Amino acid sequence: MYRYDTYDHLIVQERVAQFRDQVRRRLADELSEDEFRPLRLQNGLYMQRHAYMLRVAIPYGLLSSKQLRMLAHIARKYDRNYGHFTTRQNIQYNWINLEQTPDILADLASVEMHAIQTSGNCIRNITSDQFAGVAADELLDPRPFAEILRQWSTFHPEFAYLPRKFKIAINAAAEDRAVVKAHDIGLNLVRSASGETGFQVLVGGGLGRTPIIGSVIREFLPWQHLLSYIEAIMRVYNEYGRRDNKYKARIKILVKALGVEEFTRQVEQEWLDLQDSPSTITVDEFNRVASYFEPPVYEHIADADLLLAQQRHENKGFSSWMNRNVRPHKKQGYAIVTLSLKKTGIPPGDATAEQMDIVANLADRYSFGELRVTHEQNLVLADVKQTDLFAVYTEAKAHGLATPNIGLLTDMICCPGGDFCSLANAKSIPIAGAIAERFDNLDFQHDVGDIELNISGCINACGHHHVGNIGILGVDKDGSEWYQVSIGGRQGNESAIGKIIGPSFAADQMPEVIARLLDVYVRERHEDERFIETVDRLGIEPFKAHVYATPISGQSLKAGEDAYA
Amino acid sequence: MRKIIKDKRIVNDDWQMLMLAENETAETITVPTGAHIVPLAVWLTQKSVLSPRNDIGVWLASDERAESLKDDVASLPLIAIDFPTFADGRGYSIAYQLRARLGYKGELRAIGDVLRDQLFYMARVGFNAFATREDRSIDDALIGLTDFSEAYQTAWDRKTPLFRRVKRPSAQEIA
Repeated sequence: MYRYDTYDHLIVQERVAQFRDQVRRRLADELSEDEFRPLRLQNGLYMQRHAYMLRVAIPYGLLSSKQLRMLAHIARKYDRNYGHFTTRQNIQYNWINLEQTPDILADLASVEMHAIQTSGNCIRNITSDQFAGVAADELLDPRPFAEILRQWSTFHPEFAYLPRKFKIAINAAAEDRAVVKAHDIGLNLVRSASGETGFQVLVGGGLGRTPIIGSVIREFLPWQHLLSYIEAIMRVYNEYGRRDNKYKARIKILVKALGVEEFTRQVEQEWLDLQDSPSTITVDEFNRVASYFEPPVYEHIADADLLLAQQRHENKGFSSWMNRNVRPHKKQGYAIVTLSLKKTGIPPGDATAEQMDIVANLADRYSFGELRVTHEQNLVLADVKQTDLFAVYTEAKAHGLATPNIGLLTDMICCPGGDFCSLANAKSIPIAGAIAERFDNLDFQHDVGDIELNISGCINACGHHHVGNIGILGVDKDGSEWYQVSIGGRQGNESAIGKIIGPSFAADQMPEVIARLLDVYVRERHEDERFIETVDRLGIEPFKAHVYATPISGQSLKAGEDAYA
Repeated sequence: MRKIIKDKRIVNDDWQMLMLAENETAETITVPTGAHIVPLAVWLTQKSVLSPRNDIGVWLASDERAESLKDDVASLPLIAIDFPTFADGRGYSIAYQLRARLGYKGELRAIGDVLRDQLFYMARVGFNAFATREDRSIDDALIGLTDFSEAYQTAWDRKTPLFRRVKRPSAQEIA
């Protein structure tokens, strides 16, 4: 993985010193809270309901075991012994004291980490495929480009005060696992007809209040021009993006307002001046950065089919885990393991300091000392020998990290919601908890099969509810918390925005709502048809009809509210 | 006399800002004698009177465009860009356009909600003068120019990115 050289260290150290002084000035009241806010936000420090929340950047989701141990240390020393992995492959801590944040940043810097631009109206953490480098369907490892972009966007002086936050994702595989179509800029690594490497560039995707799938503004951009072309996009956005209304300030609104054609024309016009500028990436620089992402030294071993078949035969739990949490690796004899952070009873994406240490140990022993964070809020050991799978399973299971539910109902994406977040209209973790409890039966979950359930506590859509096969959105009505349900959303190559099925529900009705949606699926599905495919085939009507057919009891309902009860 | 930061030093400001009052228009206002920084609209409407003077600068609001001054960049001694709030980042791109696209060489001054912690970025995109907010220490603000000693990407101050300026190690070479 990428290692800091003296320049990276210098820049991050200077940031720690800068922020230490900013905190000092805030505490001495030399900075007002209004003045301090944008400074702390550019360092991922939010004021939450109860305390400060600190979001730490995990560039494109890649971590070393040493870094994960530091994250565990921070959880123990400065927080309440746990951290929350996010849909942007980052980690956040919910119980932080302002006074200690400079020390946390110094601790992070000691393991080549930081919290730079994890919030604020700037270019955020570059995200990518959690299986980058090991996926069989990959054209080229996207991580060198993600790292080059990370450096370019770090403290970019012109684009630190954009109209709104700005998210970039890169995908290089046949199957899009980076949700590129829901990003301000989505990049697909592609090959041209003549065999050149480059990017298909999408702009203006996003979730939030106005969910929009990104539009292609360039079918093929030779890779050398990545930075100058993005600079052109950023400049057009910085100059012309709306600033009068934060809900209309994302680049997607500008692209809509101008039309894709006109927006593209302006970008191309701007780029004329930048094309072949010194920002053009050199072959040397690409090779230098790519050298950090060379595959590890794999052993030449055969697939362990016989052994695995026997182990699966002897242990049903292992077999289920193999089905759901283990994926084929591009290298023979190896496998990709997803450690589930979605155990029933635990908020989705949370890991304790002890679990982080356990995962770091597993990474050291079984996966070349590295791991990844997924945007579905799980952890991945990317390079496990098939002969080690049973050992990994056994140890992970002993620490609550082997729930065989990847891609299943309880593998929910869920934002922190109203329990922590001051933006939220409603709680999301208790909804996730209630649903997980209701459907805890793994046999039932395995029977239902692939399904994505995403929960956001407000319209900002951190829980990606728009692209969940089932999406749940917390809304506020006259001061109480309600939940709007949509179905038919999906991420990946066929990204689509879900459709709302009808009036919203009270919290305690939600498990039954999900049960009724699943009833229709189980009743109507064709053989081998996934939930999303049944929804695509039938439309939302039969689901809607069944969900609203009879009242759903709910104790928290108040007379006269419009929830179906 | 008001102090500003110019070329990394604290100096007296010999310019007066001219603002349009509510009952004034760009056509009717009379620009007094002495060095004044006038709104873009005043400059554009009174250019024939003002351009012979060598003590007129122009300030741009954040929703105005560098291109409006494309015929004037060679002769204007001073252009200022207003930051109505720290969060309005348009001024950074306006500065870029003036410097890089239009080749403006004169004084480029940040005015408005200009505080210590923005100065490093502002200097990078081409500002060389800063009328920092008067309710804050200008000596303190000066420190903001030196927050960082390196930068990855190109901007007005560094025409080549780090990867072209220095030899950086590969995975095999890293210590």
